[in-house]
Amino acid sequence: MKIAICVKQVPDSWAEKKMVDGRLDRESVDAVLNDLDEYAIEEALRIIEPLNEGKDTPEHTITLISMGPDRATEAIRKGLSMGADSGILVTDPALAASDAIATSRVLADVISKGGFDLVFCGTESTDARMSVIPAMLAERLSWAQLTFAGSVKVDAAARSVEIARVTESGVETMSANFPCVISVIEKINEPRYPSFKGIMAAKKKPIDVKGLSDIGVAAAEVGASGAWSTVASANARPPRDKGIKIEDSGDGGVKLADYLVEKRLV
Amino acid sequence: MADVLILIDHDGSKVAKTAAELATFGKRIGSPVGVLLSDSGKGEALAVQLNGTEFERVLLVENDEIARHGIAANVSAIAQVVAKTAPTALLIASSARGKEIAGRLAIRLGGGVITDAIDIATDLTTTQSVFGGSFTVQARVKVGTPVVTIRPSSIEAVTSSNNPAIEMFAIELDAIAKLVNVSEIKPPVKGGRPELTEAKIVVSGGRGTNGNFAEVEAMADLLGGAVGASRAATDAGWYPHTHQVGQTGKTVSPQLYIACGISGAIQHRAGMQTSKTIVAINKDPEAPIFDLADFGVVGDLFAVLPQAREGIKAKRA
Ligand SMILES: Cc1cc2nc3c(=O)[nH]c(=O)nc-3n(C[C@H](O)[C@H](O)[C@H](O)COP(=O)(O)OP(=O)(O)OC[C@H]3O[C@@H](n4cnc5c(N)ncnc54)[C@H](O)[C@@H]3O)c2cc1C
Ligand SMILES: Nc1ncnc2c1ncn2[C@@H]1O[C@H](COP(=O)(O)O)[C@@H](O)[C@H]1O
Repeated sequence: MKIAICVKQVPDSWAEKKMVDGRLDRESVDAVLNDLDEYAIEEALRIIEPLNEGKDTPEHTITLISMGPDRATEAIRKGLSMGADSGILVTDPALAASDAIATSRVLADVISKGGFDLVFCGTESTDARMSVIPAMLAERLSWAQLTFAGSVKVDAAARSVEIARVTESGVETMSANFPCVISVIEKINEPRYPSFKGIMAAKKKPIDVKGLSDIGVAAAEVGASGAWSTVASANARPPRDKGIKIEDSGDGGVKLADYLVEKRLV
Repeated sequence: MADVLILIDHDGSKVAKTAAELATFGKRIGSPVGVLLSDSGKGEALAVQLNGTEFERVLLVENDEIARHGIAANVSAIAQVVAKTAPTALLIASSARGKEIAGRLAIRLGGGVITDAIDIATDLTTTQSVFGGSFTVQARVKVGTPVVTIRPSSIEAVTSSNNPAIEMFAIELDAIAKLVNVSEIKPPVKGGRPELTEAKIVVSGGRGTNGNFAEVEAMADLLGGAVGASRAATDAGWYPHTHQVGQTGKTVSPQLYIACGISGAIQHRAGMQTSKTIVAINKDPEAPIFDLADFGVVGDLFAVLPQAREGIKAKRA
């Protein structure tokens, strides 16, 4: 089984994000591996580890795929230190300001050439927050879409997957044969911390860095010029007015009730 | 006027509140036409629920296979409707399902997609609230038929005297639409309370409840509000995941948000900081939630909430 995991480097979700010229200012905050992609890595590891046990050369492998700037190799390295086997980074100045349509185009191209059986993703990147890339990949690849998984069962011999899809519409049990695009929700597992051994081993694992010319996508299809939507303006929301803060000295609830009634909120 | 197609969200028996909201947006751009996908024999009872909204027509696709094959089947069915109607735009309610359908459709139709808009103007410029509401972005689709998902409760739905005509629309699903088999659907357990994203008032509990949501629920019930929870509370299993507010939960923007025993981590704020009025009850005077609060009470939620309830009841009497 060959598994690919799409991982994105994002600004630290703990940091305040800013926009400059209609784009996310990525320079002012730390860049990290998208938290939600760690769940995808953990889930894939839990699937292949028992299958690889006792084998000298692992039969089942995980490749991390990312599109982003040079330094996105750091995010890939983090995933490798958790236990993935190798990485592919697509990086090119022309890719800056790509939208989801272009990102899915690039990722699908790399996936389709890699001979993968399964692709795992997080449910969203904490910066773009569109939650559309996994569905777009399934569309572009014509693969089965098993997304928002709260549990994943892979039958490697039968080459099939069953998931429980967990969304506001309820819980749906669904299955499909390989190849599949799977996205996992944050409740599925608790991602491991890389061990010291894992961090050392990751330094020797290969990361294949590709430019646009190495894959079958033209520069005009991606970046700002290739985007199918444009941002006209971006403005910081005015700060909230400073509120009232009281210490409860026995009548905090009464004061709260007074405030709500006076403001006609209740 | 050109058609604006609107995907009607429903749970099999009841049409979602978002349908009338999207019709109100659609009316700005053109003639709102509903696309209703349902099991055979179930569509008409749903379609009549659109009477009195701004829909002018409803295209009803009755096909038992759609629900059995998931998102790809929905996308295939809608794409076939789009091909026959050539709409100016397609509007879908923002939800996990809505956004996935929108994303796939955009690729299939060869046009741009905008997700989580909170407004759309007559010239199709959308407004989005990003980074947890700290920025407002205006954007436009510049290639193809725009596919736009709009957050629930972004507009007050306008009523009308329309009784939209129902037209049956037949579709075929190809093999790619049927790669996934859905074997079981468990609908979400719905209590008597309003939907989180639709509620005018949301009362949320966090780790500070220590697992006891009784006071939070009692306040929500007194005010006719919905109950929300922080991730700390849903991770601990104290409240269902579907009630999580924040970056990886729901985004809410009610008239009143009451945060009880919630510290106000950036990922929680991302889901609630555009609420009109924010109230916080927290023991820790340094909790970051107080930076957002219009009214903050430094105190124990188990003392403040019951007293506030009594106070409200007394004032109402
Ligand atoms: C990728 C990612 C996504 C995330 N997504 C979300 C999300 O969608 N939603 C979300 O909420 N979080 C999310 N988080 C988690 C977030 O960072 C916080 O950990 C979480 O919001 C904390 O929940 P809390 O405020 O209930 O708990 P805490 O931070 O532990 O705060 C509990 C508060 O309760 C107060 N308290 C205790 N007892 C009482 C009492 N008796 N009366 C009054 N106050 C009391 C304490 O003073 C404290 O301030 C995410 C994190 C990551 C990394
Ligand atoms: N630039 C990227 N490179 C690799 N994977 C990505 C990229 N952008 C998004 N993804 C994947 O798609 C998922 C959903 O992201 P999004 O649709 O941007 O919210 C993420 O959790 C990643 O798994």
